[in-house]
Amino acid sequence: MKIGVITYPGTLDDRDAQRAIRLAGGTPVPLWHDDDDLKKVDAVVLPGGFSYGDYLRCGAIAAKAPATKEVIRLAAKGLPVLGICNGFQVLVESHLLPGGLIRNEKQHFICRDQKLRVENNETAWTSLFEKDQEILIPLKNGEGGYIATDDTLKMLEQENRIAFRYVETNPNGSMNDIAGITNERGNVVGLMPHPEHAVEAGFGPDTPTAMRSGIDGLLFFESVLKMVVNS
Amino acid sequence: MPKIIVEIMPKQDLLDPQGKAVANSLHREGKKEITAVRIGKRIELHFDREITDQDLEMARDQAANFLSNDVIEDVVAVTKED
Repeated sequence: MKIGVITYPGTLDDRDAQRAIRLAGGTPVPLWHDDDDLKKVDAVVLPGGFSYGDYLRCGAIAAKAPATKEVIRLAAKGLPVLGICNGFQVLVESHLLPGGLIRNEKQHFICRDQKLRVENNETAWTSLFEKDQEILIPLKNGEGGYIATDDTLKMLEQENRIAFRYVETNPNGSMNDIAGITNERGNVVGLMPHPEHAVEAGFGPDTPTAMRSGIDGLLFFESVLKMVVNS
Repeated sequence: MPKIIVEIMPKQDLLDPQGKAVANSLHREGKKEITAVRIGKRIELHFDREITDQDLEMARDQAANFLSNDVIEDVVAVTKED
């Protein structure tokens, strides 16, 4: 089961995403932004970082990259795509997901272990979660404030397209506490927090059981692998 | 050198942290008459030849679809400058 991870100039978390895929039982395939050959992968992760130095707007230039154009084409045919942090910004700039991401409400870069609620467990990347399950994964961003027009927000709420909501603390002023959303079909998911940083005991967030034992992020990758195997 | 100037501003109802910080600094300098500061972008597209109406059309299209994001920004002007 091959899952591609695109590296743009300025991407930071591609190696961690590849490692998460490996730990979940998949085969990570490195993909390069300037190459429109996606190597026949079964799913794609757009990882976090600062593609093209966040020039123009976060994700705006990456949205025009040859590899992204191919992702947009194949996503329309059902290819599972996960955008994490900067990858989420690329997805909204590509119009694969609606809305936009602006500078955090208090203007600070926020780095913390963040509690989320899984609102939609019927997407390609969330099927192994329970509905309303609360999970803990790291969040680290400066421009993670989700905004959208009233009509878009209403549509997302009515169509159950809010995949994750911030619980207890809304770290960045996101409207409706939105941490992540999905497209109508459920194959494209974007979120600001980082599941790939909570996949192996010893390196994840602290939990009541033990320090750094949080591995809630692993289920994102296991979900998509299960879906690909079944299809 | 012929160029097309694209001016982009954050939407009115959106918080503009840069503008707010600059306004605070101006107030500290005693410029109390300035009620607000908002900061946008000026983008120059340089051409090696005369600019045609089609070029302007293309620039308007790029301004709307790539140079700005209509969720958070407005294109205020796309103008030709010789």
